[in-house]
Amino acid sequence: MIYPDSKIVLEVRGLCATVNGTEILKGLDLTVRRGEVHAIMGPNGSGKSTFSKILAGHSAYEVTGGSVMFEGQNLFDLAPEERARAGVFLAFQYPIEIPGVINSQFLRLTYNTVQTHRGKEELDPLEFDDYVREKMKLLEMSPDFLERSVNEGFSGGEKKRNEILQMAMLDPRLAILDETDSGLDIDALRIVANGVNQLANKDNAIVLVTHYQRLLNYIVPDYVHVMEAGRIIKTGGKELALELESRGYDWVGVEHKAVAGAVA
Amino acid sequence: MSATGTINAGYLETLLAGQPQLPTSPLAWLNALRAEAVDRVGVLTVPTLRDEEWRFTDISQLTKMPFHPVRTTISLQAADIERFYIEEATTRLVFVDGVYAPQLSSGIAGSGVTVVNLEAGFAAHAATIEPYLGRLTEFRDNVFAALNTAFLHDAALVVVPRDIAVKVPVHLLFIATQKDVVSYPRCLLLAESGSAVTVIEDYVSLQEDAYFTNAVAEIALLDNARVNHIRVQREGAKAFHIANCAVSLARASNYQSVSVAFGARISRYNLNVQLAEEAECAVDGLALISGRQLADTHTCIDHAMPHAVSHQMHKCIVGGGAHAVFNGKIMVRQGAQRTDSRQSSRNLLLTNKAHVDTKPQLEIFADDVKCTHGATIGQLDSEEVFYLQSRGLSDTAARNMLTYAFGAEIIERIPISSLKCQLEKTVLEQTATQL
Repeated sequence: MIYPDSKIVLEVRGLCATVNGTEILKGLDLTVRRGEVHAIMGPNGSGKSTFSKILAGHSAYEVTGGSVMFEGQNLFDLAPEERARAGVFLAFQYPIEIPGVINSQFLRLTYNTVQTHRGKEELDPLEFDDYVREKMKLLEMSPDFLERSVNEGFSGGEKKRNEILQMAMLDPRLAILDETDSGLDIDALRIVANGVNQLANKDNAIVLVTHYQRLLNYIVPDYVHVMEAGRIIKTGGKELALELESRGYDWVGVEHKAVAGAVA
Repeated sequence: MSATGTINAGYLETLLAGQPQLPTSPLAWLNALRAEAVDRVGVLTVPTLRDEEWRFTDISQLTKMPFHPVRTTISLQAADIERFYIEEATTRLVFVDGVYAPQLSSGIAGSGVTVVNLEAGFAAHAATIEPYLGRLTEFRDNVFAALNTAFLHDAALVVVPRDIAVKVPVHLLFIATQKDVVSYPRCLLLAESGSAVTVIEDYVSLQEDAYFTNAVAEIALLDNARVNHIRVQREGAKAFHIANCAVSLARASNYQSVSVAFGARISRYNLNVQLAEEAECAVDGLALISGRQLADTHTCIDHAMPHAVSHQMHKCIVGGGAHAVFNGKIMVRQGAQRTDSRQSSRNLLLTNKAHVDTKPQLEIFADDVKCTHGATIGQLDSEEVFYLQSRGLSDTAARNMLTYAFGAEIIERIPISSLKCQLEKTVLEQTATQL
């Protein structure tokens, strides 16, 4: 929801980045304020996922220009774990499986690590168990998930729910959901979206990175951005997503070139 | 004979010194067995890198060490060794430098299950054990098994009678306390038809100087028997540990083994499993080593009969400049139709100097079988590390967790929860210090 005079959470200016020497981001601008839900849409290869991974601090991407401020702090001064502790959360498109580590242990370790760095109390195993079970209800997850290895043998939908569960626990200021809708059937999509909606509040911001409009039927964005060739070329309200769904992406590029041409 | 041969011969002679002083057994067949073993030691040589079975494992250092048989026995108090006890395993046999320590042991004798030292068990069980003791191990072609057999006078003996399921795990604890000593631990486990038992074979040390453990275990499962065999090698940092284990599975019996190697400067474990019709085995292993350690596991799973199943997962976590070796032979003999065999060797290298040699070796002479194998060698996946970092864990904590998880997958298979916790803690500590 858009709140007047809300504080800026994320300010991206002219961001350029390469992977293995190939330029992927070419001057990306984006401002996200507290309380807002942004959707970044665009065709495959437009740089959406690269952008999410750069925000989380993935080392495979090299930032070659521009700036990213998170809550007034230079994001690039922070290691990936420091970003997480500061309140950046990335829900992965492909969550990693960790056979041999029990989900409850993993969740408690990450929760307590982040809590400690935020100057808050850790929870002991019993307290944590109550806490996590409460959060799991939000995602209609069976407590059985706690006793299984992290993501091992989880279905696509279960993995995504486990991601949003981590979001619920780590209470981020900025949550980036990378293709969270991919691979979900309609029931799972509804559950995941419902969970995200309940976590959205006036103090945090959510960036949805998605190829399809489908998710946006459930999580209604305040802004929709269209990304192409490494930058945002059009921004609109939630109705833009519907237009993209019916008309595809090509017209946005054509329009952008025409405008750019007219300016030049 | 070549110069190396002569050096070897001298070395083996030194090791055999003291053998003639062994008390003569009242059992003629045992004396004959020992005499034959002594003869074999005279014929065999210490393997070198030129031997195919030893080409990755250089034990020349072993031949330079002046190891001698134990001369004096150290008397330990329970308090000295309590930390090695396994809560669930109240039946325990303790051997100190290879010598049975009755005051530390709590065996069982009588009409049901037998868990005793061999000398105590001879009278009642001589006829039962004769077909197995020294018969399952191929000591005639194996100098270390031959040396062990040459010194065979006592052993850990477990006999589980027909249709008896032993609820309490049996702990066979071998403790090294003296430097420069060679000890010859020996185990014989006989699971009669339809019986079930869990045995922990555990090698530990109370000192950090060099010594040599040369162990042999023989395990026989009769029809429908079930054996869980957990082997823990946590010898001292300068120890040499060479062990041979031979397992024979009769019809429809089931052998589950988890073997972990953490200790010793140089260790070698040879495991030979022979499967009869419809027999099943799961043979899993973990070597977790660092520094200049070398851990070598050679297994041979022999499908001699049809319809048998073998599953094997062997993992190595190698840090520092350590060297792990795995050679996994699966033999499917002619006529062993409908064999179902699965083998996987997975290896994690933590540093640039860590080294793994892995060699799956399938020899299949039957045409209606299902055999799969695979080997991977790698470092920690950077995507996995990043995932954990993105959840707030430091790079080090993330790497520790992934390394731990890699090993825990094997430890998880141990069916004794206190031992599992103990070993998981060891893995956690080891992985934390290595990174």
